[in-house]
Amino acid sequence: MNRTVLDLWVGVFVAIGVAAVLFLALKVGNLASANIGETYRLQANFDNIGGLKPRAPVKSAGVVVGRVTEITFDPTLYVAVVRMDVDKRYVFPRDTFATILTSGLLGEQYIGFEVGGDSEMLAAGATITKTQSAVVLEKLISQFMFNKAAESPQAPEQ
Amino acid sequence: MIARVLRSMGARTLDGLWRLGFASRFFVAVLMRSGTAFSRFSLTIREVFSTGVLSLIIIMVSGFFVGLVLGLQGYETLQRYGSSEALGILVALSLVRELGPVVAGLLFASRAGSALTAEIGLMKTTEQLKAMDMMAVDPIARVVAPRFWGGVISMPLLAALFSMMGVFGAWFIGVVFIGVDDGAFWSQMQASVDFRYDIVNGIIKSVVFGFAVSLIAVFEGYDSAPTAEGVSRAITRTVVNSALTILALDFVLTSFMFRGNG
Repeated sequence: MNRTVLDLWVGVFVAIGVAAVLFLALKVGNLASANIGETYRLQANFDNIGGLKPRAPVKSAGVVVGRVTEITFDPTLYVAVVRMDVDKRYVFPRDTFATILTSGLLGEQYIGFEVGGDSEMLAAGATITKTQSAVVLEKLISQFMFNKAAESPQAPEQ
Repeated sequence: MIARVLRSMGARTLDGLWRLGFASRFFVAVLMRSGTAFSRFSLTIREVFSTGVLSLIIIMVSGFFVGLVLGLQGYETLQRYGSSEALGILVALSLVRELGPVVAGLLFASRAGSALTAEIGLMKTTEQLKAMDMMAVDPIARVVAPRFWGGVISMPLLAALFSMMGVFGAWFIGVVFIGVDDGAFWSQMQASVDFRYDIVNGIIKSVVFGFAVSLIAVFEGYDSAPTAEGVSRAITRTVVNSALTILALDFVLTSFMFRGNG
């Protein structure tokens, strides 16, 4: 085959191959929006993190503002220590409430920030004190059952 | 009787080990003499054409059909749980992580790998390789290395194309025909496909498969018995060994890459 035609075809092949990689990176993965630029580190202690995993999103008002980077266990307080990187553009008041929420019924768990009214802001490395643990379905069901059992009148003895 | 069985077992083991050692030495020899493949890059480009460009159609068509089937089957199961919007995630993750590199690798082995083996095997049968040697042209540097690197370059691009066509096929069946919401399809996919964790690992897989298949193909061709039957056997071995190697390597790579803690 003619050399120039061959070069052209290989060029076309490489170009659409690279285009496919770009398509995967930008349209299938979210390379463009996943990059949170400059971040600062926050920390929060939870009694129970449920199924929270590293790389889970941190959301405020439903918008992703950061990611969970590390989850460790504190052996002195017996709590889970969650470290997260939050976008530098967003600062939150000191009395922000960190809650572990679930997206949908079976969805992944994430951390939701409910903003408080304090005029002082959380600095880098600060610990969020107001936290609420993940809702554990088994506990919820057993609570419900106990309540039901307490409500219902005693069965008459025979 | 027992001695004979043992002897044949031993002979087979030794034979296999010997071939493995020969293949490793051959691999090193190809790497050492790859200079020509890059200094005379037009040689490699010619091979990228015959392994990559000529495999385009089969890779894209099969990717599209795999995507169509994934879309249909995924929708069928997901709608039972009322989460048909998760179709995008299902399709994208299964294609990018597994099906793209593996199926593209299998197709690449049967479409391009067998052709490489046949070409080199026939060159050996018709004593072209020996003739080159006589003229002080190194057949490994002139014939084998460009074909090897051509395959290595083509394979990741083909795998990426396969995944892209698969996602497009699933989009076609899911969104255009069944009526899954277009925005949910893409946004859920983008929310859960991670570039480094999913896509880069998939690309690493396809590069590894490219090395494995190309090496097996050129080795079987170079090692084939110089007869018509020998070449046909070498081609069969290329396809069988490549398929087995791809599947085994895929398991090993997956167990290192995806440990379920993402």
